[in-house]
Amino acid sequence: MSNETLTPQQLFRKQAAGEAISPEQGESVHRHVITLLIENTLGALNRVANLFSQRGFNLESVSVGEAKDLSKSRMTIVTTGNDRIIGQVLKQLNSLVDTLVVEDVTNVEHVERELCLVKVRCDASERAALIAVVDIFRANIVNITPDSLTFEVTGPPTKVNAFIGMMRDYDLREVARSGRVAMKRSLVFEH
Amino acid sequence: MSQSIVQQSTSPTASAAASAQAAIAPSGVQSVVSDPETTTGLVTGAEILIRSLEAEGVEIVFGYPGGAVIGIYDEMHRIQPSFEHILVRHEQGGTHAAEGYAKATGKVGTVLVTSGPGATNCVTGIADAYMDSIPIVVFTGQVPTHLIGNDAFQECDTIGITRSITKHSFLVRDVTKLAETVKKAYYIARTGRPGPVVVDLPKDMLAAKAPFHYPESVSIRGYSFVGKGDPAMVEKAAQMIAESKQPLLYVGGGTIISEGAERLTRIARKTRIPVTTTLHGLGSFPEDDSLSVGMLGMHGTWCANQAVQHADLLIAVGARFDDRVTGKIAAWAPHAKIIHIDIDPACISKNVPVDCPILGDVSLVLEQLEPLLAEKDTTDWLQKIDIWRKECPLDFDRDGQLRPQEIVRALRDKTGGRAIVVTDVGQNQMWGAQFFSYLSPRTHITSGGLGTMGFSLPAAMGAAFGLRGGADPVISINGDGGVLMNIQELGVAAAHKLPLKVVILNNSYLGMVRQWQELFHDERYSHTDLTPTNPDFVKLAESFGCVGLLCDKPEDIQATIDAAWEVTDRPVVMDFKVITQEKVFPMVPAGAATGDMITVQFNSENTV
Repeated sequence: MSNETLTPQQLFRKQAAGEAISPEQGESVHRHVITLLIENTLGALNRVANLFSQRGFNLESVSVGEAKDLSKSRMTIVTTGNDRIIGQVLKQLNSLVDTLVVEDVTNVEHVERELCLVKVRCDASERAALIAVVDIFRANIVNITPDSLTFEVTGPPTKVNAFIGMMRDYDLREVARSGRVAMKRSLVFEH
Repeated sequence: MSQSIVQQSTSPTASAAASAQAAIAPSGVQSVVSDPETTTGLVTGAEILIRSLEAEGVEIVFGYPGGAVIGIYDEMHRIQPSFEHILVRHEQGGTHAAEGYAKATGKVGTVLVTSGPGATNCVTGIADAYMDSIPIVVFTGQVPTHLIGNDAFQECDTIGITRSITKHSFLVRDVTKLAETVKKAYYIARTGRPGPVVVDLPKDMLAAKAPFHYPESVSIRGYSFVGKGDPAMVEKAAQMIAESKQPLLYVGGGTIISEGAERLTRIARKTRIPVTTTLHGLGSFPEDDSLSVGMLGMHGTWCANQAVQHADLLIAVGARFDDRVTGKIAAWAPHAKIIHIDIDPACISKNVPVDCPILGDVSLVLEQLEPLLAEKDTTDWLQKIDIWRKECPLDFDRDGQLRPQEIVRALRDKTGGRAIVVTDVGQNQMWGAQFFSYLSPRTHITSGGLGTMGFSLPAAMGAAFGLRGGADPVISINGDGGVLMNIQELGVAAAHKLPLKVVILNNSYLGMVRQWQELFHDERYSHTDLTPTNPDFVKLAESFGCVGLLCDKPEDIQATIDAAWEVTDRPVVMDFKVITQEKVFPMVPAGAATGDMITVQFNSENTV
């Protein structure tokens, strides 16, 4: 039987039995960005976070804050898994009473941003050189002391990663990342 | 997403109470002290809770008082509510009783306990209800709001502890929302895929006052459930069924929960498709029908498991592809396409990807499906099945020793299958499933998902409370290990004169663990011998005000059961001293392929 005619569960069985399957049929692991609207209560946030440990799902980052409607919170979750696991993540999130909207925006046109604070040890003699590098990333200086600089950089996670990578060449002391926030480009739901 | 609509209306009970109070005031005499509460219509949170339960139509509350809920018990004493409060002897027993009540009646079970240990003692029952989709609402007391988080006396984070084992939970922070919260709790517990809901009640909320209004309906944004299935998928399923040569209905507990058993039976008989059921599906299709192949899975019949392995189409109805059903999943049903009808989207394609998922209420989907199905000729397939049926029927040795299977068969013969059988967990559960023929829904109750030892006795008690006055007896089947885990509830059953038939298949061992030790651990019987500590169950029963009967040889089985059935005003405990070595067969070892069953040939003179 050729791979094209396999039913999903036959494919699943082949995979579970460790047999070779063609790459396009394999369930490779991908990073997914999921946005949620949940009830703006402590209980709701707890329930979402708890679900990931309860079900053994990966959780790379979570960010949460009030939505436009103050009775709701907007949450952005970054998780990894194959299609079957991501399907389960979405279904289980949907089954929570406190979740109002669950959407996997990974394959939808969307913007993603992350904010990061980076503290670097640096005395007066090194400052100018460091600031020249930082300017390329359009990072802001948010604090300065005689022996340190703290930068704020905002952008897609790739940019933040690149910035932190650059700073490792200096005397990097502390990093604080907000986790991703994401929003679809189109006007589909307004909450 | 729908917005929250909460219609509020004055409950008839509230106005009835008000007019009753008015009637008490002597006519023509001006009341000296005008009671401000009567005039403003404010009542305590405790009274709101009681009035809400009345308005919800609650019949029985299984409860245990304590400091945090003493206000509720005080109001109960004053109000004498329309529901009955059953004082259990342990909160775990209370939750299992509520489960048994819910399973036997189809209604929502109710539990009321105090804070801290009262709540934590409920955890096992709540987890059990979560795994088996049983609708119960558990009201737990809590320390006053201002003490929450202070490690106060009898404080625990009930909501946190139960978060992953509840369908939903509420902490009441505003007494004016208490009635609405109760309404929501029952609504969530019984709709969609049912499950347990916890309502945590801080003591100050029970003392605070508010007007009582019980809403007629609630809708909760973010909570919805499906009804009918997608017609296109139903049509696809009908076509797959028409095209199949060796179809098999794989029926789970969801069919019974959604009251779809009758429709399922009609469909199976019309299309001549054989039926296998899960442990929780027992009773959804009459096992004396020639289309029934019995239970499937680890201790299912040889016939059912062979049918699964050879089927070209599996129609899963309200079942969830549990690992005790599938065994090694890659080798399970290797030739079958799968149709899966279920109300819970998360259950579909969770363990096994399916070819035709139908999301919907089982009963409604079967209603859509029924007219699309034509009569089918499955003669060849049924003949194959008949061969498997004869190859390895469920049986046991008859060599003059007392064997548990013979006892279960005798119970079936005594009742003609018209009884509610509540089994515990382990060997007794499997023998109870294998050797009693289940003919109709809600006649078999067990702890399937969680596998809670100590479930049977309190659950049978709850079922008996729910079915009081009914014709069919409630039989609790136990091992000698599990029965001791909630034995205290015997006292409650005796106090209420429940004619429970409590069967102990007493092999002086933790039998199922012993079986695994014998088969897979080179007979190292580590900590499974109960001989040194087992009590005299007859005396134990008598001390609780029950009748105790002992039976230690096969020729006494009938007389023992007959004697037990004579007793109608109290529980009877039957201690059957069965042989230790008996094992449950056939068996698919854990993690093995369903095709690789351990079977045994029995020395049976007359096959049952």
